[in-house]
Amino acid sequence: MSSIASATAIRLQGQFRLAGTRALRRIPSALRTPAVFSTRAAFSTFPKAANAAALAGDKKSFTSEKYPYLKRSQSFKKLSDEDISYFKSILSPSGVSQDEEDLEAFNNDWMQKYRGQSKIVLKPSSTEQMSKVLKYCNDNKLAVVPQGGNTGLVGGGVPVFDEIIISTANMSTIRSFDSMSGALVCDAGCILEVLDNYLAENGYIMPLDLGAKGSCHIGGNVATNAGGLRLLRYGSLHGTVLGLEVVLPDGTILDNLSTLRKDNTGYDLKQLFIGSEGTLGIITGVSIMAPKRSKAVNVALLGLSTFEQVQAAYKRSKDELSEILSAFEFFDQASIELVKKHLAAGNNDPLEAIHPFYVLIETSGSNKDHDDEKLSNYLEGLLTDEIVQDGVVAQDTTQFKNLWAIREGITEACAKTGSVYKYDLSIPVPVFYQMVEDMRARLDQQGVLGQGKAVECVVGFGHIGDGNLHLNIPAKGYSEAITDIIEPYVYEWTAKYNGSISSEHGLGLFKSPHLHYSKSPSMIQLMKRVKTMMDPNGIMNPYKYLPEN
Amino acid sequence: MSSNLRIMVACKRVIDYAVKIRVNAAGTAVETANVKHSMNPFDEIGTEQAIQIKEALTKAKGKAEVIVVSCGPSKSQETLRTALAMGADKAIHVETDEELQPLAVAKLLKAVVEKEKPDMIILGKQAIDDDSNQTGQMLAGLLNWPQATFASKVELSEKAMTVTREVDGGVETIKTSFPAVLTTDLRLNVPRYASLPNIMKAKKKPLTKFTVADLGVDVKSRLQTLKIAEPPKRQGGKLVESVDDLLDKLKNEAKVL
Repeated sequence: MSSIASATAIRLQGQFRLAGTRALRRIPSALRTPAVFSTRAAFSTFPKAANAAALAGDKKSFTSEKYPYLKRSQSFKKLSDEDISYFKSILSPSGVSQDEEDLEAFNNDWMQKYRGQSKIVLKPSSTEQMSKVLKYCNDNKLAVVPQGGNTGLVGGGVPVFDEIIISTANMSTIRSFDSMSGALVCDAGCILEVLDNYLAENGYIMPLDLGAKGSCHIGGNVATNAGGLRLLRYGSLHGTVLGLEVVLPDGTILDNLSTLRKDNTGYDLKQLFIGSEGTLGIITGVSIMAPKRSKAVNVALLGLSTFEQVQAAYKRSKDELSEILSAFEFFDQASIELVKKHLAAGNNDPLEAIHPFYVLIETSGSNKDHDDEKLSNYLEGLLTDEIVQDGVVAQDTTQFKNLWAIREGITEACAKTGSVYKYDLSIPVPVFYQMVEDMRARLDQQGVLGQGKAVECVVGFGHIGDGNLHLNIPAKGYSEAITDIIEPYVYEWTAKYNGSISSEHGLGLFKSPHLHYSKSPSMIQLMKRVKTMMDPNGIMNPYKYLPEN
Repeated sequence: MSSNLRIMVACKRVIDYAVKIRVNAAGTAVETANVKHSMNPFDEIGTEQAIQIKEALTKAKGKAEVIVVSCGPSKSQETLRTALAMGADKAIHVETDEELQPLAVAKLLKAVVEKEKPDMIILGKQAIDDDSNQTGQMLAGLLNWPQATFASKVELSEKAMTVTREVDGGVETIKTSFPAVLTTDLRLNVPRYASLPNIMKAKKKPLTKFTVADLGVDVKSRLQTLKIAEPPKRQGGKLVESVDDLLDKLKNEAKVL
């Protein structure tokens, strides 16, 4: 566009001058819609944190050392030179990596909590290559761990021992888009943000959005049934995914890349893979239903005094904004304090005073005047009835992004404090915040909570609209003593209210032993039978997802 | 400087900077229907600066009034309400559906200045839609007022204003008396958010409307737009497998070696 950026870009070509770069500074390039999306080259598939630690030579302990109850299964073969030559024979030179520095990034998870010991990363660039790789691994009993953007939060995407890492990074082509139906078909390794930008060009939007959008792969999103910020509006991936292409452990390619909205023929097999976390097969292609991108989007940030007020504001938003409401996010004072302390996003606090609770509301509709009027009536009502104490409405895209950056930055701000105990719970809204308060009281009682102590604070935020609480407990390090205070208390508490111990992060290595808090023995039994039937050798992402016994 | 400082700020309604601009099929203009519009970011900085000056003066037991002006279609009132919600005191809308070029805007603003008699007028250094960077300078010329353009820092004293300007070689500091024209650069300040209570208050603040005829200004375009075209599409990047491959591509495809 003929904007600040383009004006200066033209000047920059001729001469590099201070004046030329001036205008660019305030509006980071990331905020502008990229004109081009090169799916492979533009984005690093390595999570920055893991990479930096790897380069700094941070030799933290391996997952197998931290969790001694985990034992490498003797039924799996160890990687041999012969195996490596086979992989090299079927994959392109960039499809096989044994480079140590490279491997560190693939072995470590984003949170620096889990560290595997894989000696090889394979990056097939086609479904056929993926099929050959998996068939070979299955025939030779080589365990594998599928990995997308490595942005998972439960240790599901990194190896526990020496599993072969199979990355979807080299599969990043958009296969087709139907601008009539909105059906997008793409490779599993496409980065979520790239897809969203592509759809934006066509007036559509991805039905999911999450903080890790710049790194995460759509295949990983589907495999983990990622939730995120747009779930309230567009529903879960179980509804928006139209079809999948999956490679089964024996190399069979299950081509179900349907673009049909309705299809009632036979068992809906794709559902089995959504949220299966790479334990049944590897997703190589995704067909997903993209909704129309809303022309009018508004964002407001509100400050409130009590959690009762948050609930009142939510209830009223359903009455007054229902069809245009696209996000109702909440966070507490501890969250904003962390963001202000650690991130640039917190430098320009939109509200003058600190409030015990914050709500971020987003509306998306097709008529700006109509939306503006509704939102403004809603907000005025909240203010008049003293449900909110203060609030701001974004007046332009810069403010719009800044407000979201505060909410989306909470996870990162927690990570900057050290190690984070992360719980992602579905809890009935009325007792939502009681969980956070109970946890604070419990940690305080044990004398570990506070400045300079083992646990800095207890942070509560999440998607009120989805009944999903993120309970984050930033600590100086992961220790058994702290874990024992938190667990299984947090799971028992959740089970007491018939909640879920994992709303959207999944089970991975972290929560598989605790599955029984949310699922009955008969359900777990059936899950195990499904697993054994589809992956008889158990090579797919072993040690995770389902409890051992 | 009078004891009651009157600051006028010009605010233009433009397509939001984050919107992907599309050229219409005829190649005569960019598409503006159903496209998100916001206040020109440099004008937002101007509004913020005026409010900061007012706040500083109020603190020092002085007085100031911030008047925001926008020339354009009826939707420009949204932009004015935003400025009022940020903290401006009153708004003036010069309503017209004609295309306004910088000289026409400068003349309209001059007419408003003559009615309102401000001590200073703040404008963005340029609007991000046409990137003209002319209105402030033309207005200063028409009014025969001193001008301080591309301000990155402004300090007010009793009778004068000291302005730091970002120029090509570094920064230049100048001093001017009132009345004066000030144009803002990006680093002058970070505009505030419009708070809910202020948005509500803004609805009740006065907004005066003028037509071009009321002001007796000739807004006829002096420039004729021949054609508007999108820049050529950038080619996507490619991954090469080896150094030889790279050399080959540089030699034979890019032809830069």
